Amino acid sequence: MPEFRMPSLGADMTEGTLLEWRVHEGDAVHKGDVVAEVDTTKAAIEVECFEDGVIGELLVPEGTTVPVGTPLATIEPPGAEPARRAAATPASVSPASASTVPVAPESPTAPAVPVAPHDQDGRESAFRATPLIHRIAAEAGIDLASVHGSAPGGRIVRADLDRAILERRGGNRAVVRASGYARRLADTAGVELADIVGSGPEGAVRAADVRAAVSGTEAAAPATDPAPVSNRPSSAAISAPEPGQHAAPQHDPAEVRKLIAAAMTRSKRTIPHYYLSSTIDMMAARNWLAEHNRQVPVTDRILPAALLLAAVARAVRTVPELNGHWIDDEFHPASHVHLGVVVSMRSGGIIVPTIPDADRLALPELMTALRGVAERARAVRLRSSDATPATITVTNLGDLGVDSVFGVIAAPQVAIVGFGAVTERPCAVDGLLGVRPQLTATLSADHRATDGAIGARFLHAVDTLLQTPEEL
Amino acid sequence: MTTYREAVREALREALIRDDRVFLMGEDVGAYGGCFGVSRGLLDEFGPERIRDTPLSESAFVGAGIGAALGGLRPIVEIMTVNFSLLALDQILNNAATLRHMSGGQLGVPLVIRMATGAGRQLGAQHSHSLEAFYAHIPGLRVLSPATVADARGMLWTALQDPDPVLIFEPIALYNSEAELPADAGAVDIDSAVIRRAGTDVTLVSYGGGLRVAEAAAEELAGDGISAEVIDLRTLRPLDEATVLASIARTHRLVVVDEGWRSVSISAEIAARAAENGYYLLDAPIARVCTAEVPIPYARQLEEAALPQPGVVAAAVRKAVS
Repeated sequence: MPEFRMPSLGADMTEGTLLEWRVHEGDAVHKGDVVAEVDTTKAAIEVECFEDGVIGELLVPEGTTVPVGTPLATIEPPGAEPARRAAATPASVSPASASTVPVAPESPTAPAVPVAPHDQDGRESAFRATPLIHRIAAEAGIDLASVHGSAPGGRIVRADLDRAILERRGGNRAVVRASGYARRLADTAGVELADIVGSGPEGAVRAADVRAAVSGTEAAAPATDPAPVSNRPSSAAISAPEPGQHAAPQHDPAEVRKLIAAAMTRSKRTIPHYYLSSTIDMMAARNWLAEHNRQVPVTDRILPAALLLAAVARAVRTVPELNGHWIDDEFHPASHVHLGVVVSMRSGGIIVPTIPDADRLALPELMTALRGVAERARAVRLRSSDATPATITVTNLGDLGVDSVFGVIAAPQVAIVGFGAVTERPCAVDGLLGVRPQLTATLSADHRATDGAIGARFLHAVDTLLQTPEEL
Repeated sequence: MTTYREAVREALREALIRDDRVFLMGEDVGAYGGCFGVSRGLLDEFGPERIRDTPLSESAFVGAGIGAALGGLRPIVEIMTVNFSLLALDQILNNAATLRHMSGGQLGVPLVIRMATGAGRQLGAQHSHSLEAFYAHIPGLRVLSPATVADARGMLWTALQDPDPVLIFEPIALYNSEAELPADAGAVDIDSAVIRRAGTDVTLVSYGGGLRVAEAAAEELAGDGISAEVIDLRTLRPLDEATVLASIARTHRLVVVDEGWRSVSISAEIAARAAENGYYLLDAPIARVCTAEVPIPYARQLEEAALPQPGVVAAAVRKAVS
């Protein structure tokens, strides 16, 4: 059963206060409808629901502060049978409201009902749980529909819930049964234990399973109970400066989409963006990189992306007005440059890990860091350092061939830098028309914090740095 | 062919011949020839000064041995079975094992105590227990258990070179076992465990009387295509952990065979160390095959049922490698 939860409205948001309900039990709601107003300690924000349906029960009274992820209300899918609904109603916070749960009317305006895949799979089991289980799940913010029931008939028992809670807290690693040797092999090979079907006692993963998964002789079976990406450090998945790609059904893209949607909506709604773009000549950078990479082993080669990140990290040091956060109607400059790097996930959606102290890393170190966070991000296996709150973000779509990208700022940051592809372009050089590798760098910045002049200064600084790549 | 008993006797003869300071004492070691026949003939050869019968008082004659060692001699004290050695535990633990420490290094106790251990000969509970773990617990002692004829022949002389007390546990069940012993067989290393049989699928760790069981199980398993590596610990204190870990690094599975009781045993120590230091080497839970936690019964069938048997070991291995 879909639930409407306390949304994460920013990297730093851990709880929110429900100020006002805009809907009543029994109201039909549609995706995008404002259902409540939430105080995030920064601002009162109208929050929307992401499903069509009927508000089942308001679980949290107005004025209550609850952690992010806490179910605020149940949303019955349109057309749910009343009998099921009654059984599914969790133990109520206020008994009075439970008795007034209305019968779900057919939703008149939602002929096609988008339902997250796991809801369909899990619906049966969600209703086979005792009220106690419902209550614990509600308190822990666990959607019972996503919990696999191990008891006869798929009934969810306490152990299943504990496992789900543990999983959410520590990721899958904590609950995968695997031998120490298998863990080591998996770690070395860079494969996720949770993705491997174990052949040992009680499904324990053993070395042979890891080897089979790595060699591909036994295709890594998909996890039967995929953990939503949102269960990972949510601070990482905060920003979506580019349009999402087609989503493959893995890692619950719907959840990722929701996070991105909330963050982007908030950004576009609250941040007055201004945009600048600048064409940067990459002849010097390209030549220097080619020369450098010729002299080092293949593993030590540096990609142009690392060079661009280095330039941004150093440039923003000279323009500190763009490096920091806009909080409580005030700009708070950051003392470090923590660079957010937008990584597109193969399953769709994006995740934005951070390279901490990027301005202090030498170019090879930055390259290593970039490779590390990109790999971990794509494996959806970030470290806590990767979730360091970024002070400025870079999105690089150059490898996808676009000329330029204007990013959406990841609030509460105040700027995002976009890089397009380096392409051979005709341009005037020393009074003659020449063909040179060039790149369009863009800046989307928060107009509350800075004006175009400062942005221009920043882009100019990036340009200047890239003309002397050997000094980066 | 040489029996284990003969090998021990040869070791004693060699020691008595090579070093004037060596003498043997214990209950019935002289005129009777030792309760397991180990010292038969030695009284005639070396005389009552060096093959000394003692009263039935373990504390007294072990204490006398400690005194003799402190006085510059190299006594070999024989205690009939490990069960009786507990009467001398105060001397062994509080004097022999601690004097080096308590004298600030001034006083060593170069004493060798031999005792019979283990079951398999229908001697009843009070003569059949394996209490090596009691002694392996004590810092200041070196604890050996020769499991082969060659080690029975060679360990004594090496032990006599040790400036501190050494305990040698001779499994009762092995006294009649036989093996070819080279004429020049002599002292052996007592610092390292030894791989008795190489294998790739599982590491079987054992010592003393349990080694035969482990080897028999390995033989049985070889018929099924399971290759078991058999390690003989030889020295229970200090433990040669490196050899065991190196083997686990190859096989990734560990089964411990121990004629002692499971709880708080040598097998527990081996398993704990493998988990502590070999966690990332292990691909299956550690298994232990030990003696049932009962006083060893007298009746043959019950005694056999209480002791680790090759079939049980093989079953544990199959479970680990399956």
